[in-house]
Amino acid sequence: AAAPIKVEVMPYKVHRIDAPSNIVETNVAELTDFYKLMYKMRRMEIAADMMYKAKFIRGFCHLYDGQEAVLTGIEAAITKQDSIITSYRDHCQHVSRGGSVLSLMAELMGKKEGATRGLGGSMHIYNRAGNFYGGNGIVGAQIPLGAGIALAHKYRGEKNVCITMYGDGAANQGQKYEALNMAGLWNLPVIFVCENNHYGMGTAEWRAAKSPNFYTRGDYIPGIKVDGMDVLAVKNAVAFAKAYSLENGPIVMEMDTYRYHGHSMSDPGSTYRTRDEINAMRTERDPIERVKKLLLSNGVDAGDLKKIEKEVKKEVDEAVEAAKTGTAPPAHWLWKNMYMDPAGAAMRGVLPGQYVVPEFDPTYAK
Amino acid sequence: MTVRDALNSALDEELARDDKVYVLGEEVGEYQGAYKITRGLLQKFGPDRVKDTPITEAGFTGIAVGSAFAGLRPVCEFMTWNFAMQAIDQIINSAAKTLYMSAGQINCPIVFRGPNGAAAGVAAQHSQCFASWYSSVPGLKVLAPYDAEDARGLLKAAIRDPDPVVFLENEILYGQAFPVTPQVLDKDFTLPIGKAKVMREGKHVTLVSFSKMVGYCLKAADTLAKEGIDVEVINLRSIKPLDKDTLIASLKKTHKMVTVEEGWPQCGVGSEVSALMMEHAFDELDAPVLRVTGAEVPMPYAANLEAAALPQIDDIVKAVKSIA
Repeated sequence: AAAPIKVEVMPYKVHRIDAPSNIVETNVAELTDFYKLMYKMRRMEIAADMMYKAKFIRGFCHLYDGQEAVLTGIEAAITKQDSIITSYRDHCQHVSRGGSVLSLMAELMGKKEGATRGLGGSMHIYNRAGNFYGGNGIVGAQIPLGAGIALAHKYRGEKNVCITMYGDGAANQGQKYEALNMAGLWNLPVIFVCENNHYGMGTAEWRAAKSPNFYTRGDYIPGIKVDGMDVLAVKNAVAFAKAYSLENGPIVMEMDTYRYHGHSMSDPGSTYRTRDEINAMRTERDPIERVKKLLLSNGVDAGDLKKIEKEVKKEVDEAVEAAKTGTAPPAHWLWKNMYMDPAGAAMRGVLPGQYVVPEFDPTYAK
Repeated sequence: MTVRDALNSALDEELARDDKVYVLGEEVGEYQGAYKITRGLLQKFGPDRVKDTPITEAGFTGIAVGSAFAGLRPVCEFMTWNFAMQAIDQIINSAAKTLYMSAGQINCPIVFRGPNGAAAGVAAQHSQCFASWYSSVPGLKVLAPYDAEDARGLLKAAIRDPDPVVFLENEILYGQAFPVTPQVLDKDFTLPIGKAKVMREGKHVTLVSFSKMVGYCLKAADTLAKEGIDVEVINLRSIKPLDKDTLIASLKKTHKMVTVEEGWPQCGVGSEVSALMMEHAFDELDAPVLRVTGAEVPMPYAANLEAAALPQIDDIVKAVKSIA
């Protein structure tokens, strides 16, 4: 399973930097891991879609299916000591950074067993121990935050980067350019990952961006455009970008990808793009099918893949059922963790005379 | 000791005490601070600890907040708080809410500081008090020093605090000197966050204010004393948490209260104090709580109009006399 396999990926497009080789080395064991993780992401998001429609999940819910190769390739090229920050499309980062499917599903359903105890919901999932900084609901605000996390890595002399993920919609935000400028001035080890799924909500990239060549939009900062539907292309490019960034500072990566679902659950995803376009993506560029074909052509038995799929399905189905039986957070959790040191502050409830001193209790033991 | 020296020495000592503390903002380094609060710090601590930023508030505030999430302790200077409106999303949506949203996983030990409120002759866009804005946000702490003791004790406490602190200074006070005790000069001198200070005891009327208006209230109290009105003056120091107990204790003594602030009246700090006194101590009130506030206009430029838009000592005297 460890025998090297060489795969030719789509050549990278580059801006102010020499392109890395597009021959990527992998092996059956690694490809199997990719298959497992991407298939899990896909099943999770499909389960979230069903649970949303069955009204177990409320509010906003943004799904990642179609884009799995981006995060999977990133994780393959970095370590858990490197940091990740992203937008509200964050379910899969929770799992790739070490969280369970159960704690994701419980969070989506607003249960106390959830990743953020039912306080954050779909858009606000974090894993501080796994250097995952969320889960940010304001489009583009995570970009300077990511540059700041990179600043902390550099300040402490750590050899780590911060992967700062945003979409093509956020790529036009002013604060992105402020963050690029300072990251460039200060040589911060930050990798700006623009996941170009081609639509910011319902606005096609060319209707929102005068130049949709997002990998060139850092101007003085080098960029690389990657086939974001190919996990091997992503892995190889991110490894290259990490080495570059630790040595030289920021780099922009544009991941050419596609979301199968609409922007969020209120968007059927069909008014601003055609069914044909979506179907063509699914049949021609699906990131999971691509890995599956590679595995089969390298001698892996179709039955073994079926086994993986069955196991993942079981894990997701059990997580969904277990999450459903979870409990709502107790009322007094309303008042936890507003401050680390509440300084005796008494916070007011709905009625006069209702005062509670908020408690710092990240264990939620009580 | 001037308020400027108090702030400068507090920063100097905290940078020396904890290498996770760093200062960033516009002109904090080579220029040594637009108002010289960071004078000499770049020379002493170097460019990694005292970082000049470009004029990009949203960006550098976000970077500061991100670095705090990752364990550093930034002191983020706004040349004035007016410019922080460019970055208010990062202060409220990122800094204030993440500890709660992350279920206690990610705290944000950061101080946002700079001059707040009316300056002199700089007109509407550079003269505004943000105390009531930030004090309404759960997750933030909001401090407003008056004298050199406050400036040192509160800034050092803010830097050591594990939560985001909005620190509202006053440009006109920077050059004012106040006597300080040797205790205030101790390198570990801090003041408790959330506690007001009774600046002057009195038994007839309570004056409640913060920042520059504390000085006006003390002067008004001197004038009123000559007419036999004994005024208690409370310096809030902390706008959030607000020290309700000290206010109620004072009201129980005087039964009359006047609030004084430079900010606008609607939903101001005085409005909150007034509502709290009604809810918690209605039976103690012998008169309505009165508010002395900035006039409800954008700040005009001409000196006479500017004076008319801000509380003057005489206004405070008049308000107290109307209920004394």
